[in-house]
Order: sequence, then C-alpha cells, then structure tokens
Amino acid sequence: MLERSLAQLVSLDDVARRDTPLSRLDARAKVLVTLAFLVTVASFDAHALVQPLPLFLLLAAGMALGEVPVKILLMRLLVASPFALLIGIWNPLFDRAPYFLTDAWVISSGWISFLSIVLRFVLALGAVLLLMATTGFDAICVALRRMGAPRALVTQLWLLFRYSFLLVQQAGNLLRAHALRAPGHPRPRLRIARSLLGELLLRSVGRAERVHAAMLCRGFSGELGRTTPRRFRLYDGLFVLGSSAFLLLVRAVDLPAWLGRSVL
Amino acid sequence: MHMSDALVSPVVGGALWLTMAVLVRHAARANEQQPDSRRVPLMGVLGAFVFAAQMINFSIPGTGSSGHLAGALMLSVLLGPHAAFLVMASVVTVQALFFADGGLFALGANIINLGFFTCYVAYPWLYRPLVGPNPSARRLVWSSVLTSVVGLELGALAVVVETLLSGLSALPFGTFTLFMLPVHAAIGVVEGLVTAAVLLLIRRARPELLATAAAPFSRPARSVAPVLVALAVSALLIGGGLSWFASARPDGLEWSLERSSPGQLEPQPRTDALHLLLARVQHATSWLPDYSLKRSEPDATMQINRAQPGWPAVDAGTSLSGVVGAIMTLLMALGLGLALKAWRARSTVNKPEAGTS
Repeated sequence: MLERSLAQLVSLDDVARRDTPLSRLDARAKVLVTLAFLVTVASFDAHALVQPLPLFLLLAAGMALGEVPVKILLMRLLVASPFALLIGIWNPLFDRAPYFLTDAWVISSGWISFLSIVLRFVLALGAVLLLMATTGFDAICVALRRMGAPRALVTQLWLLFRYSFLLVQQAGNLLRAHALRAPGHPRPRLRIARSLLGELLLRSVGRAERVHAAMLCRGFSGELGRTTPRRFRLYDGLFVLGSSAFLLLVRAVDLPAWLGRSVL
Repeated sequence: MHMSDALVSPVVGGALWLTMAVLVRHAARANEQQPDSRRVPLMGVLGAFVFAAQMINFSIPGTGSSGHLAGALMLSVLLGPHAAFLVMASVVTVQALFFADGGLFALGANIINLGFFTCYVAYPWLYRPLVGPNPSARRLVWSSVLTSVVGLELGALAVVVETLLSGLSALPFGTFTLFMLPVHAAIGVVEGLVTAAVLLLIRRARPELLATAAAPFSRPARSVAPVLVALAVSALLIGGGLSWFASARPDGLEWSLERSSPGQLEPQPRTDALHLLLARVQHATSWLPDYSLKRSEPDATMQINRAQPGWPAVDAGTSLSGVVGAIMTLLMALGLGLALKAWRARSTVNKPEAGTS
C-alpha cells in the first residue's frame, strides 16, 4: 500500500516536470492563485450549489493548459479522505427544512448543503491537484521559502519528501529478505512485523544520518532554491491578476443564474 | 481527524491559518536557537516515518470506524516540542498537497489539531511531569498512553468546535462530540502503546538519540508562550471575524438547538437605528454571505426559508433559470477544457515541424 501511495507521489511530480504554459509560470503565482481559489470556494453560502460552478471553467482551463490527465483527478477523488463526506452525509438527517427547487420539486435543505459540501470538496481537491501537477514539489518548497516561510520548515518539507523514498526502499529490502526466508508467509506475522518495524526505524535513521553527512560534505547549507533563481515576470503578474479578477467576478455575480435568465 | 476544505468557513480557516503561521515561526526560531546538525536528518526521517504511519488505517473495534496514528508524541519526545511541531506541520502539508488528505485551506486547522495540542500542551504539561527522569518501562507505557489520549482528545474536540463554528455541517454539537471523542480515545490508546514501544526500542538500541535530541529542550519545553499565542490569536481572529460576519447567525450550540426545536429561538428582527446602519454597512461590505445579513435576501437561484414553516414564496422561474444556467456552465467548462486541450495538442504537434523547417 505504501509503495502504491509513493508511486502516486512520484507520478504527480513527474507530470509536473512537463513543459506546459502553466508549468512555466512562477510557482509563487500558482500558490497565490490556488489559495485565492480555495478562499473563494470556502466563502460561498452553505447551500450554494449553482453559483460556484463557473469555477470549473478555471479548473478545466488549467487542466487543459497544464496537460493534467483527468484520470489523475478522478482517482484522487475516489481515494481522498472520506472525512468531508462522512461529516456531510449527516446534513440531510439533521437539516430537514424544505427547500424548493420548483413549485413541484421539494427536497430537504440538508441534501442541498450536503451536495454543496461535495461540490466544495471536488473544487478544492481539483485546485490543489492542479497546483501539484503543474508545479512540482521542489518548486513549491522554493516558492514557500521566497514567500517568507521559515527555513527550518521548508528544509523539513523537502527532507521529508526525499526521505520518504529512502524509507520505502528500506522497507522493500526488509520485506524481500523476509520473503526469501519465509516463502510460505507472504505477510510477516505480528511478532515478526513488530521487530521488522523497529529494524526499519533504526536502519532508516542510520541511513538518513549518513545521507545528511554526505550532503554536508558536498556543501549543503540547509538552504534550498539557489539552483533555480527566478524572477516574478509580467506573465506571472498577469496570471495572478486575471485569475483573481475571475474569482472575484464569480463570487460577486451569480453567473449561471444570469446565463439561465438570459437564455430562457 | 483531518478536516477538509469543504467543511471550513473563511473566518475559521483564515484565523487558524494565521495562528498556525505564528506558531510555525515561533517553533522555527526556537529550533534554530538550538542548532544541532544531528537533529536535521532525524527530523526528516521521523517525518517520513510518521507520514507513512498516518497512511495506514486500522479499524477500531466496536465503533465501525477506522483511525490512524498521529505520531506527535513520539516526535515530541525524540525531537523536543518545537522540532516536533515543525515535523507535524510538514507531514500535514505534504498530505494536503499530494493526497488531498485534509485541505490546503484547512491546513492551519489540521496542523493545530494534530500538532499543537500534543506538542505544546499534552507533552510539556502532562508527559514530562508524569514520566520523570529515567522512567521504568511500565511508567513510560502508561505515561505515553495517557498523554496520547489527552492530546488526541483535545485535537478531536477542536475539530468539533471548528466544524461547528464553520457552520457547514448540520451535525449537532452533542452528536458530533459523542462520535469523535470515543473514537479518538481508542486511537489514543493504540498511539500511546506504539509510541512507548518505539521509545523503548530506541532507548535500548540508540540511547544517545533520546539524550541528544530531547535534552536541550528540557528547560524551554514547558513554555507558556506558544499556548498563549495560539489561544490569543485564534480567539481574536475567530471572535472578531465571526462577530462581524455572523451577527445574523446564532452560535453553533444555539444553532443546533434551533434545529432540534425550530421556532423557539427565532431571531428577533432588530429595528433600531444603529442596527439598521450596521446592517447596511455590513451588507455593502460583506462578500461572505454565509455569515452576513445577505442571507435573508432572496437568492438569485435557490432560496431556503427556514424561519417560516409552510410554503415560502418561490419563484419557479428563477430556480429553473438557475438549473439551466448550471448545466450550461458545466457544458461550457467541458467545452473550454476540450478546446484548449485540442489547441495544445495542435501546437505541440506543430512545434517540431516549425523547428525543422
């Protein structure tokens, strides 16, 4: 399971390495727009179902320009934490006030707020996924540092990401050794698993220390990002301004209702 | 207990983001005041360990639910509270970025719920006095279990309070608390046992890790500053934010009471000049209608009217136009995505030709 999760992590970072109009943008611009997007999503009324929909335009444009496969988004939606849905599904039970779609259609207000939670979930997940799939983790770390995040946190984020691979590699070695010694038991028994886990921790700590010592020997100062100095260009500024203007417009004007009225 | 972006309101999410930023800065500064090059790889690898451990869910017997370890106590003991808080912040951030486990906007809430209560409250105020110097194995086990349970319960309670303050879930306070607290007590027991097992193993195999990592923090570990800072910043921001945006809305407890007995807590219309003026100012400035008086206005698309039982005036035309508009918007999003994709595909195909010609 762990290896599969890590493979997802790598696949997302690989997608981000491609050269697309979105990946050429400064990471800071993309982090800012993603945060603005999330605040906009959160700012809608608890029963808003229609007004936030134009945000999908931004997501669709981003997915297309960033060449992000829709499959990745759908897979993440399926496996993402069910906490939101678990909490949201109670709304129809506790919020039974009538909600009128038309004179003939009445459903409980709880269903509307539940669907609104689902909508928020999809939008928020899409935005974060788009950021990751067009930026890459290293660039995000550098952007966070340049936006004022403390050095200790950014170095820690970066090391955590790197050491995750080391940990999984180490776990793979241990499991292979176990499989060779106990061919009849694909999964180690609890007692053995416990000592394997302990061994994994101690070995990983030892290896991490050696890797860090090697990094220090090669001149690692604890500071990241000197390899990719990048200026915030006009292109980035226009992206931030344009996206923010669109977000404000979606928030201020109920575009779908306006569209529906003008068609009918 | 990761909160999702879908359940956090702008006021609660924003306030906890700022509180988290202040705490992270404090932790980073305290961490850099005690430079120890051995701590850096240890933070990284233990972070990776906790990150992996949080991905493994185990079922909690009797509740029909599952949980995962948090790891904050183990980190606090091995690294000290400041470095542990930074590691927890990094773990939760990577989860939010890569796995959408918790959200980016709910990041502040999640880092505080999972990291702050154990690193800055339970560890210095409970674990350290309980465990004392050179504890026996038995003492270490029960101290770890007790501290883990308290830390996780505080975090779980914070999740309940934050969710209710956000007002997107209709779960009443009591029901939600009854659901969260027993589950996290169970997780806390497992977490405490695992933490104790890891600590005992490290004490046996690499005793110098315990000594070098935690010793420099023995003095400032019980600092009141982070607790006070977190409480003050979040209380000010949430209090200030909610009172400005949410004056039209009862608080979580009243609200759930209102839900369970509708009509008894009906808000009285306020007609005095000051309230009318404030209402007008708020109306003009607010773009967060969930927490403002705009809620009482007819919405362009769909309208609820909880205060009036029966049949509120509904304009079927506006609802229909909302539905039509929604479908059209989604079709437009799909069309835009496909068109841009086709355009990108054409331009990337054309590029090598342009290069060769």
